[in-house]
Amino acid sequence: MQQPGATSKDDAAYLLRMHAITKRFPGVRALDNVNLDVREGEIHAICGENGAGKSTLMKVLSGVYPHGTYDGDIVYRGQPAAFKNIRESEAEGIVIIHQELALIPELSITENIFLGNEPTRRGAIDWRRAKAQAKELLLRVGLREDPDTAIKNIGVGKQQLVEIAKALSKDVQLLILDEPTAALNESDSEHLLGLIADLRAKGITSILISHKLNEIESIADSITILRDGHTIETLDVGAGGVDEDRIIKGMVGRTLESRFPDHTPNIGEVFFEVQDWTVRHPQIAERLVCKSESFSVRRGEIVGFAGLMGAGRTELARSVFGRSYGTYVSGRIIKDGKEIRLHNVSQAIDAGLGYLTEDRKSLGLNLLDDIKATTVAAGLKKIANRTVVDRREEHSVAERYRRLLRTKAPSVDEGVAKLSGGNQQKVVLSKWMFTDPDLLILDEPTRGIDVGAKYEIYGIIQALADQGKGVIVISSELPELLGLSDRIYTIFEGRVTGELTREEADQERLIRLMTTAPATQRAGSTPA
Amino acid sequence: MATTVDTAPAPTDPLPEPETRGGSLFHQLFGDNVRQFGMLGALVVIVLFFQWWTGGTMLTSDNMMNLLNGNSYILVLAIGMVMVIIAGHIDLSVGSVAAFVGIVVAKSITNGGIPWWAGILLGLAVGLLVGMWQGFWVAYVGIPAFIVTLAGMLIFRGANQFVGNSNSIPVPEELQTIGGGYLPEVGPDTGYNNLTVLLGLLACAAVVLGLWRSRRTAVRMESEVDPLWVTVVKMVALCAVILYITYMFATGREGTSFPIPGLILVVLVLVYGFITSRTVLGRHVYAVGGNRQAAELSGVKSRKINFLVIMNMSLLAAVAAIMFIGRSTASGPFDGTNWELDAIAAVFIGGAAVSGGVGTVAGSMVGGLVMAVLNSGLQLKGIGADATYMTKGLVLLAAVALDVWNKKQGRFSIIGALINRGSSREPSTATSNG
Repeated sequence: MQQPGATSKDDAAYLLRMHAITKRFPGVRALDNVNLDVREGEIHAICGENGAGKSTLMKVLSGVYPHGTYDGDIVYRGQPAAFKNIRESEAEGIVIIHQELALIPELSITENIFLGNEPTRRGAIDWRRAKAQAKELLLRVGLREDPDTAIKNIGVGKQQLVEIAKALSKDVQLLILDEPTAALNESDSEHLLGLIADLRAKGITSILISHKLNEIESIADSITILRDGHTIETLDVGAGGVDEDRIIKGMVGRTLESRFPDHTPNIGEVFFEVQDWTVRHPQIAERLVCKSESFSVRRGEIVGFAGLMGAGRTELARSVFGRSYGTYVSGRIIKDGKEIRLHNVSQAIDAGLGYLTEDRKSLGLNLLDDIKATTVAAGLKKIANRTVVDRREEHSVAERYRRLLRTKAPSVDEGVAKLSGGNQQKVVLSKWMFTDPDLLILDEPTRGIDVGAKYEIYGIIQALADQGKGVIVISSELPELLGLSDRIYTIFEGRVTGELTREEADQERLIRLMTTAPATQRAGSTPA
Repeated sequence: MATTVDTAPAPTDPLPEPETRGGSLFHQLFGDNVRQFGMLGALVVIVLFFQWWTGGTMLTSDNMMNLLNGNSYILVLAIGMVMVIIAGHIDLSVGSVAAFVGIVVAKSITNGGIPWWAGILLGLAVGLLVGMWQGFWVAYVGIPAFIVTLAGMLIFRGANQFVGNSNSIPVPEELQTIGGGYLPEVGPDTGYNNLTVLLGLLACAAVVLGLWRSRRTAVRMESEVDPLWVTVVKMVALCAVILYITYMFATGREGTSFPIPGLILVVLVLVYGFITSRTVLGRHVYAVGGNRQAAELSGVKSRKINFLVIMNMSLLAAVAAIMFIGRSTASGPFDGTNWELDAIAAVFIGGAAVSGGVGTVAGSMVGGLVMAVLNSGLQLKGIGADATYMTKGLVLLAAVALDVWNKKQGRFSIIGALINRGSSREPSTATSNG
């Protein structure tokens, strides 16, 4: 086992050493004394929960956060590195492939590979040479496609290969892949991992960030585990004894602080059920984002949805909420014993559903509005006498919720753009509380909010449940789900893979269910 | 765990209480947002400047009537345009649509022999149909309004010339009254036009009542309340302005008074000001323009809103067309040229944002009047069309640049806040409900 920060004399064996990296954002340390040592010619995996600091670390490495905005040293190929931007790190052969592909759909493979780096002859682009080189690069990544094909006409798996070809065209020494297989099916994933192993044989070092622990286990030579901005440990896979359980243990070792208000749930009958819910991706018709999912909610119950980003949690919630995402294929919603059909959001609101979005700024708020207009935005019918908005009523409603949720603002005339994240979230919460829903779906309700405000929001959620409402909490933070939920569903690749009661649930079980296809797992699904 | 620490209070923090406003005299009169009144102030300055420069011909009865008569159809267009722009679109077709409606109305009455009122109804119906046509493409097919209305600009210009054989068609007397007539003389001979005086007094009463009601509401809602004397000063000042304008219109040449097109405009401003600021529909228009996705997730049917807004624009273009052919006594093949540009300029000078979500009917009226006064003042001085175009262009650029600059400074937009929608200090919204 390689101890982090161990002062090894032979720097030569390491392609990259990041030592004691600390990166602060206002009020928070995203990285605290993080060490990362990558040997020449290995595949080095970085594991950690969402928010553990993986992406931040890679941004420090590649110069997205320029030298000087962080503390600590980077030694690359034996030389101290001080990258000021991505161009400088790329010039040294460090290339990142992001989860969201940076390809331009309308351009051809060749044009994408050489974008920003076009081979020229006497000032004009030398397309003949570009195409010849592109062919060669495609051969190296094992992609049999005409280089003139437009990116939009090839699948996501092949697009990943084009990204790698693009990296190769830049003489890559250190290839960083951020969740490369997140959007790929099994065979594409296999091909991609095979390619990365091939590149290793040719001396190209890779850093692999992935949530899929089985992939990491099978391909990585070393694994560094991050948690809450700290390096926990670096595991040497070659030394043996490293399996998924070992990785999970490192990832979750956090102790649960008492961050939740005391709460005794008062749970009633099942009143809301979704059965065999299947939804298609809005653009890609053959892709299903929800595959025959079923779940139920009881009165007074807080139900957690656990899953990795992109697992289909948000898609599921939004498609149930008046089909506001994707294309409905099949499935039934049963509320209070009757099937209801919700074709749009206003029907969903009328039927007693509320959905607080994960993306507060771009989906939840009109930043031009003030607090009072936002508070009543989803419940205008309740304060409008037919068509005319009663402004006195609007004001008093907004004021009531401001006091109830202790939103910090000089008055309800304050623009929401001026509020802090926590207070904005309280305003959005008041918007949904004002519609008085029976079922409130909260998608990442505490994202980007400080600890004090989180505690308050947990209290609000519990109070809503105590009023007999059903609450669904979608969260990427497992401690939050464990602390809040009476029952947790796990979701993986568009399927509900498990259902755990408060007593059964722990982080290890959740992570396992969140990262495993349903066919190979049956632990813990005990519908009550 | 990447948590951002914000300035939210600890749960035990005392809740901030509403403040009472204090400070300097100027501050007390104009409130926290002195800039709110930026463009309105600019309008006053421009008027006074021309009054001085033209040696007093700016503010004569004749000129004020000309101003209102000659610009009310553009201001009617600006009412529709501001809603289109708030919703995040643009309409380039209004001039052509107006020309098409105008020729249909003129031909159906003059050549077709239907009564004048039926011609007007026909014109409004045609405007409505044109609006539904364009709204369909924008809202339900999803073609950007810029493209749809650019096409409409060509289509309906051609339709105008097709219907009218590229000729002018005169309109009957009744229409001329609507487009260029004045309130009639009624009642005893007081030396003033009685109806105009009555209108002025009504407006004063509405202002006083509106300010008083919004003050009472503010007290009840425990929000910021002006000291009593501030409210009184505001009432007196506004009434003085209204009475002065009333006096000018009531004492013009024999046979003149407050113009009918002005009356139509005032009614439309009140109606649409009310719709945009006080109704659910109005809220939804702002919501769609401010953040369409957030609006949809709050239950707003954005396609319906877009359809209505675009349709309404063409309906108002039909109203403007009828006013215009009445004033010019005929409908011709080149009517409505560049109207869309005047209307759009008025809206942007009036504080709307290109990105949508921001703008007011009242602000757009101020913006339109700034342009109108500039036009009129420069004409009175005998300045040529060349210099007038350049001046107007620079004013448009300057007004919007100032706004952009202010936003970049992190302050609230001057003009955007000009007549903050829903603001209790805004007289026109107060009167609309008074």
